[in-house]
Amino acid sequence: MESPDFSPSRRRLLQSGGALAASLACARAFPAWARSGTAGAGTGETLSGDRIGLTIADSHFSTGGRSAHAVTVNGTLPAPLIRLREGRNVRIAVTNRLKEQSSIHWHGLLVPFQMDGVPGVSFPGIDPGETFIYEFPVTHAGTYWYHSHSGMQEAIGLYGPIVIDPAGADPVAYDREHILVLSDWSPIHPHEQLRKLKLMGGYFNYRKQTLAGLLAGRDQSLKERLEWGAMRMDATDISDVTGAAYSFLVNGHGTAENWTGLFAPGERVRLRIINAAAMTNFNFRIPGLAMIVVAADGLEVKPVEIDELQIAIAETYDVIVRPQAADAYGVIAEALDRSGLVRATLAPRLGMAGPVPPLRERPLLTMRDMGMDMSPAGGEHDHAGHGAQASATASQGHSMTMRDPSVAPQVKLGPGVASLSPMPADRLGDRPTGLEQAGHRVLTYADLQSLRPNPDPRPPSRTIDVHLTANMERYMWSIDGETLSDGARPIPFRLNERVRVNLINHTMMPHPIHLHGHFFELVHGAPGHRPRKHTVNVLPGGRVSFDLTADGEGDWAFHCHMLLHMHAGMMRIVTVRRPAGDA
Amino acid sequence: MRLAALLAVAMLSAPAMAQEMDGRMDHGAHGDHGAQGGQAMPDMPAMEDEAGGDPHQGHDAHGAPAAALPLPVPDHSAHRAPQILPATPDLPGDALPPPIPEDHAADRYFPRERMERTRAALRGEGRFATASVMIDELEYRPRGGKDGYAWDGRFWYGGDIDRLALSTEGEGRFGAAPESAELRAVWRHALDPWFNLELGVRHDFRPDPERSYAVIGIEGLAPYWLEVSGHVFVSDKGDVHLRAEAEYDQRITQRLIFQPRAEIDAALQDVPELGIGAGFESVELGARLRYEFARQFAPYAGIHWERKLGETARLARARGEGASSLAAVVGIRAWF
Ligand SMILES: [Cu+2]
Repeated sequence: MESPDFSPSRRRLLQSGGALAASLACARAFPAWARSGTAGAGTGETLSGDRIGLTIADSHFSTGGRSAHAVTVNGTLPAPLIRLREGRNVRIAVTNRLKEQSSIHWHGLLVPFQMDGVPGVSFPGIDPGETFIYEFPVTHAGTYWYHSHSGMQEAIGLYGPIVIDPAGADPVAYDREHILVLSDWSPIHPHEQLRKLKLMGGYFNYRKQTLAGLLAGRDQSLKERLEWGAMRMDATDISDVTGAAYSFLVNGHGTAENWTGLFAPGERVRLRIINAAAMTNFNFRIPGLAMIVVAADGLEVKPVEIDELQIAIAETYDVIVRPQAADAYGVIAEALDRSGLVRATLAPRLGMAGPVPPLRERPLLTMRDMGMDMSPAGGEHDHAGHGAQASATASQGHSMTMRDPSVAPQVKLGPGVASLSPMPADRLGDRPTGLEQAGHRVLTYADLQSLRPNPDPRPPSRTIDVHLTANMERYMWSIDGETLSDGARPIPFRLNERVRVNLINHTMMPHPIHLHGHFFELVHGAPGHRPRKHTVNVLPGGRVSFDLTADGEGDWAFHCHMLLHMHAGMMRIVTVRRPAGDA
Repeated sequence: MRLAALLAVAMLSAPAMAQEMDGRMDHGAHGDHGAQGGQAMPDMPAMEDEAGGDPHQGHDAHGAPAAALPLPVPDHSAHRAPQILPATPDLPGDALPPPIPEDHAADRYFPRERMERTRAALRGEGRFATASVMIDELEYRPRGGKDGYAWDGRFWYGGDIDRLALSTEGEGRFGAAPESAELRAVWRHALDPWFNLELGVRHDFRPDPERSYAVIGIEGLAPYWLEVSGHVFVSDKGDVHLRAEAEYDQRITQRLIFQPRAEIDAALQDVPELGIGAGFESVELGARLRYEFARQFAPYAGIHWERKLGETARLARARGEGASSLAAVVGIRAWF
């Protein structure tokens, strides 16, 4: 049953209408899938086949009254959709027309390491005027993305979606699909953002606790404020760069530009959601529509129906929605700290706009986010009311000091490490920051189960701890208290070795930690169908364990995907080598 | 209450168990990619080439069996059940890590010198260095006919750990030479997450006679967000002075900030030519209310009170000066 929208003439009309709307709105080019009024990601031109050409160049971008220099691919922001088929080989020639070095990393794709695109780790980068040819087999299907791994180009536009269609039948049934690339955009160059944050850690935070708030009975009580003040910890330090600097975008469109994806009522619509932001974790929901999560980080999961999910930077989720009514639905991506949101629309025809809900109250951090949750249940409870109780316990002593070196012996305790979580909790089953109290179904990592059996059933032969460390006041970020600039040594793995990695977050911020070249299984529930991911968001004061089969020979980047954190030093190199004597 | 909780646990454990069973069965039945095949759409059109095609439009209605999505999972809005799952049976072993390789895998594919260059660039990325200028106070002090002024500014250049910091402060009355004008240059080194060591020199252009001092001190952020500092100054004449300062930003609203500030000075000996007596010399208290139009630009208004103490006060009175003064101030704070 073809929906009326899919007749060829209608489709052409929609595309030109969308292009017209875009050109009227801001006189800039969008790739077909990102144009407003798109009938679906399958339509229109995409880059596919076995040979693809990409050109990186300087551009200009404006949205919502903000305008600045951008770095784009083939002249568009977001970059073109690359659509490939599992089982093929692809050659992608990338030409750099910038005055500085550039690169493209295929985020989530398992490629030979020398094609992974991280300058200084896997290849030498693409110098100005140079063309680098990436060539690799496409070994797995799903939703991925690509972005620069050079300088701060990722924050100023160099990102785009990748869809790999399965070689065989798709286990997910759907009538239509849309790609939703979420991002953040600021006219303040990321280098300048970093500078401002180094000068003042709370520079972009205009939602701190105030005396007026105290007198009005908002936020923490005086007692809690004093306890947090004694630790020099700010319960409102949720995001470094906020809506004060950022416009939030869906497919390059702000709320006013109202990106619209079409559907026919009753269709099963697959949304491929990609968080390509530099510094923003998003709460994603479509009020009035339940979402069935069918894939996470590209790989299928057993379907789970939810109303909202938090998508960390660099994660991707595929969801199915089934709009029955011929209404406009607002697609809402709300910044984690609720300093802003962007609304896009799913509608049966162009010209409709989904409602924009009001921003919800900004979250406050709790003792659990400091790794100090002493409550007996250790987690399965509401958080908001607990800060006071837990801190009361903490202040009674119990070696709940903020920097007890015995809790993380390998961490180098310098000025860059302000705190160590005394009791980091396993937070895989926790709702993410700010959604603890939401009155509807919220996805947690513990809800995810791989659709296919995990490929490597061996138990890990060893464990390593990786400590995520920071001094948020000085805006220093590190792993184990060290940065690459400090000369931090790589983390070594034997080829095909199976290792359990414990990520322990000693900071008050979530960190989306990304390992290149591998999927890992989050350790939750019985083995067999644990969710496989390439990026995992480690909640503040929390701990995440994953099991890794180190089957990607070579050197790989391993880092926080908050761009400024990575840039400031929250990055390591992982080496995977054949054991000696193993030819 | 407790009954409700028990019921909730019982209700939740059922699906949790079911999921687990499901997991094990899947494992057995679909050792290969059977899971995928079993749930795939049976009549998915095979695609010849993705180049021009739209693989996902125009599916037949029966091409989208609702059965492809088994699911819904119970409502998780109230509680979830991780504690109910059995303790993880797959405990890791205690194998030793391999040695850290000394070579770089990329050097096998790319010219080594080019790789060295980008490796150096990557290492350099995390080395932060910048300059900052802050005009903390630039203010006008109306004082009974003889209006005065004061300034307090800082500059630094450097990275996270080591910085070169210059600062200057002084005050005076219009139509006369400044009463005090000092310039300080220090090497500032981060000692721990919160505090910095400062070592350097200070030169006082005023009062007369000019003096130079060696400076050692600590500055940083104390608990409760107090900005504090303490310095010792040793002059080229051998006299020793101490100064302690503290200030605090009380946010009334997001942009309206009340800032109390205190400074106390002491000397270890009499320095008659500067009008200073041994012991506590003076105390200054200020309170300023600023409005941050932008983070980096804020006008303010407030009061400034200073009082000379002990022998220093006596010396001032002997010169016919008052020992204390109170002034209203207006000024601006700006940085970049
Ligand atoms: Cu981070």
